[in-house]
Amino acid sequence: MKTYLIEITLNGEKRKVEVTTRETLLDVLRNKLDATEVKNGCGKGDCGSCAVILDGKAVNSCLTLALQANGKEVVTLKGIGNEEKPHPLQKSFVEHGAIQCGFCTAGMVVSAKALLDQNPRPSRDEIREAISGNLCRCTGYKKIVDAIQDAALEGKS
Amino acid sequence: MPGKPKKETFSKSNYRIIGKPMPRHDARDKVFGKTKYAEDHAIPGMLYGKVLRSKYPAANILSIDTSNAERLPGVQAVITAKDIPNNENVTRFGQTHSVGGFEGLYRVLADKKVRFMGEAIALVAAETQDIAEKAIKLILVDYEAFSGVFDPAEAMKPGAYQVGESESNVICSYKVRKGDVGKGFSRSDVIVENTYRVPFQDHAYLEPESGVAWIDDDGVITLQVSTQVIEHFREIAEVLGLPHNKVRVIGTMIGGGFGGKEDITVETYLALLTWKTNRPVKLTYTREESILSHSKRHPYIMKYRTGATKDGKLIALEAELISDAGGYIYLSPWVLLYSTVGATGPYDIPHVKVDSHTVLTNNTFSSAYRGFGVPQVCFAYESQMDELASQLNLSPLEIRKKNYLQKGRALATGRVLDHYVAFPETAESALAALGEQSRSKSSAERIGRGIASSMTSYGRMVFLHDTSRSYVSIEMDGSVTVRCGVQDLGGGQASSLVQIAAEVLGVPMEDVRVYIADTALTPLAGTTTATRQLYMSGNATLKAAREVRKRILRKSAEMLEARPEDLELWDRKVVVKEAPDRIISLASVVKACASDGTQLYNVAQFNAPFRELIDFKTGQGQVFPDFTFGSHAAEVSVDIETGKIKILKLVACYDVGQAINPLSVEGQLEGGTVQGLGYALTEEIILDKGVTLTPSLSEYLVPTSLDVPDVQAIVLGSGDGVGPFGAKGIGEPSMVSIAPALANAVCDALGVRVFDLPLTPVKIVNALKKS
Repeated sequence: MKTYLIEITLNGEKRKVEVTTRETLLDVLRNKLDATEVKNGCGKGDCGSCAVILDGKAVNSCLTLALQANGKEVVTLKGIGNEEKPHPLQKSFVEHGAIQCGFCTAGMVVSAKALLDQNPRPSRDEIREAISGNLCRCTGYKKIVDAIQDAALEGKS
Repeated sequence: MPGKPKKETFSKSNYRIIGKPMPRHDARDKVFGKTKYAEDHAIPGMLYGKVLRSKYPAANILSIDTSNAERLPGVQAVITAKDIPNNENVTRFGQTHSVGGFEGLYRVLADKKVRFMGEAIALVAAETQDIAEKAIKLILVDYEAFSGVFDPAEAMKPGAYQVGESESNVICSYKVRKGDVGKGFSRSDVIVENTYRVPFQDHAYLEPESGVAWIDDDGVITLQVSTQVIEHFREIAEVLGLPHNKVRVIGTMIGGGFGGKEDITVETYLALLTWKTNRPVKLTYTREESILSHSKRHPYIMKYRTGATKDGKLIALEAELISDAGGYIYLSPWVLLYSTVGATGPYDIPHVKVDSHTVLTNNTFSSAYRGFGVPQVCFAYESQMDELASQLNLSPLEIRKKNYLQKGRALATGRVLDHYVAFPETAESALAALGEQSRSKSSAERIGRGIASSMTSYGRMVFLHDTSRSYVSIEMDGSVTVRCGVQDLGGGQASSLVQIAAEVLGVPMEDVRVYIADTALTPLAGTTTATRQLYMSGNATLKAAREVRKRILRKSAEMLEARPEDLELWDRKVVVKEAPDRIISLASVVKACASDGTQLYNVAQFNAPFRELIDFKTGQGQVFPDFTFGSHAAEVSVDIETGKIKILKLVACYDVGQAINPLSVEGQLEGGTVQGLGYALTEEIILDKGVTLTPSLSEYLVPTSLDVPDVQAIVLGSGDGVGPFGAKGIGEPSMVSIAPALANAVCDALGVRVFDLPLTPVKIVNALKKS
């Protein structure tokens, strides 16, 4: 199958990768760029586990073709912060107990980050709206909403 | 034994870590994307596995032609039943202790009858995922399709289509007999009688089933897999015809399980493919494949009849339960036993008659799911309680308060409750926390409230003779290592062991390293099921850590010239309580122990109470170690024109004995409540003649953040559990009583009752039309 060389900026780093027309951004991130923090929960855009920020907007990477990301900036959970420089959202998720199995966490933090970038002081309803495409089967959402609200109050997003 | 506290040198009043809301030790790795789940593992040179599944729910397999698939370049193995050393494994129930009259057939690949749509028929391993998928399509299966049977009540009738090869469709039946229900009903002033139905529920964990397998340098088949039960290594070995110690299972952090990763999923397929090819193999299900092929919560048909005196005292309860086991037995007999014992709920009833049956059909098979048969009966008995209350002009709380079991009273099965029973306070607190009633905002909106209570066991059935083991050691620098074969579902199973070891050994949580879920390296701790890990492995870890603590204090006493009981161990130091200047570091005590040969590790085993099998003629006997008691309260708004339900307030109040980590307990209560809310309102695997109509998360609707209000969790601590520090289990109990609380709230709002879950708008509008 014919492949194309694309370049994406993944968490601030320029990466070149050969992709086919069929491959999704999720496939390429997980299988070719070692970004396994991006999770595959359904492959159909129903669960939000694979959410990444593509040029400033949260998208489901399973519904985005890799070719569509050519020349664009992709931010995953690992690009939002790390142990040395944690993002307030990451600290807040840990402190609030907003993480149980953790499989939805990557997508949740990504959606929350995209929200706070647009709306630094969201209401609880706005937070619920922003993460409504991200399913969580463990927490019942309350502690996730608490965590996002608290991170927003910190105002450092 | 209850009521006799063990002598301790540290007491509840000065717990430093136990009972404190602690960020979980595993949360940091998860939030930085460092945790590896099963599918994140890749092994150089690995192949990709794929499963061929039946397209019919009921058929004979006449022939399978794999030759075209085998010829496809890149295909390394095609496996059908004939290639498997032991394709069928018949087990007597009970993992370590053979009990009961039931045999469970585990069949790796179908080779005779196909019993449900999606049943595995053949396996492929290929160089790429694409090739594996192509190869599957090249396998030709010749079927003789049958009409099948899809309704368990139909399947019970003589002459019904036979789902299996030789066995009866009725897998097993139980009875509970107490008193004389005939007399009981004749003395009742009010009798309510109805039939309740509940649907298939999918676990819908976000992580589909996945694993990798390889053969290590010593020829051991090794699996790294998302499972609640690493101890399936024995069954995997038996399928392959290998000794048990030639299969190793390493459990990964699980992306949600809820019982759906309790039975074998990908394990035997992975083991077979790596064994056949001598190459590493990865196998991950798609979401659709997950929904078609893994177990479901059993649908039940429940006929209930309950009688009470005019002042609201329950006199008699009669129930008939029929559960749909689907195509294979799996854990259906045990799920049914839980339902049967739990059929009367937390109520004291003099005359009881329960008959229950679990039946094979050509639907997707049913097995373990959070609550294990208890949420089904809770929906029925708690609906009955409100129906009685309404006829007697009593409030839902009043009628329950007149009938709740109390410590010292017996269940219908004769089991005397020997620990604190948190009724009525869990119901009172939950109801009170709803606060002032909301007002309806339009002429079509009706507001209603409901409560429901439940008792749910924690720990496995006592005739299974359950055990767990844990290893605790102190390293030379004073850091602590725990090795324990628990599987972590995300409920904090490993983190609670860290807390326990840290508390007992006087170190901060970050000083404790826990190794879990490896059948070769961690002492076996049993399954992460049955809400048993905190109870079983928590107690084993506590026991192991206490022994190490005792040795540390003995040596410290020598070094400080004091008595052990006068010492305090905390913050990596040992200090004489009354003379704080006499202090030494934990590390220096460890070194002194090492130099004189004091053993600073301990492996402890905790045994649950061992009992014999109950009397199946009457249902009399002990089935469970202990119970968790709790209640849900809900306030709902219902639109009488559209039938749409909006949840306004939700409260869960449970007695957890002693919260080890309140943050985790709240997490279970909030999450369990929302999972139960999904069961009540939207979740239903719909099958049409065995064909799943809801194979994705856009058709099978789990609650989103917009569907639920903030759940208020009220955590009570009686201190009277049988877990470590008096803890009880909360994982499963947390979801049991929410569905009836919502159904009761809807009935309160509308004045009409819906008897079938989920409470869809169509059912509500139809119920209103009929009224």
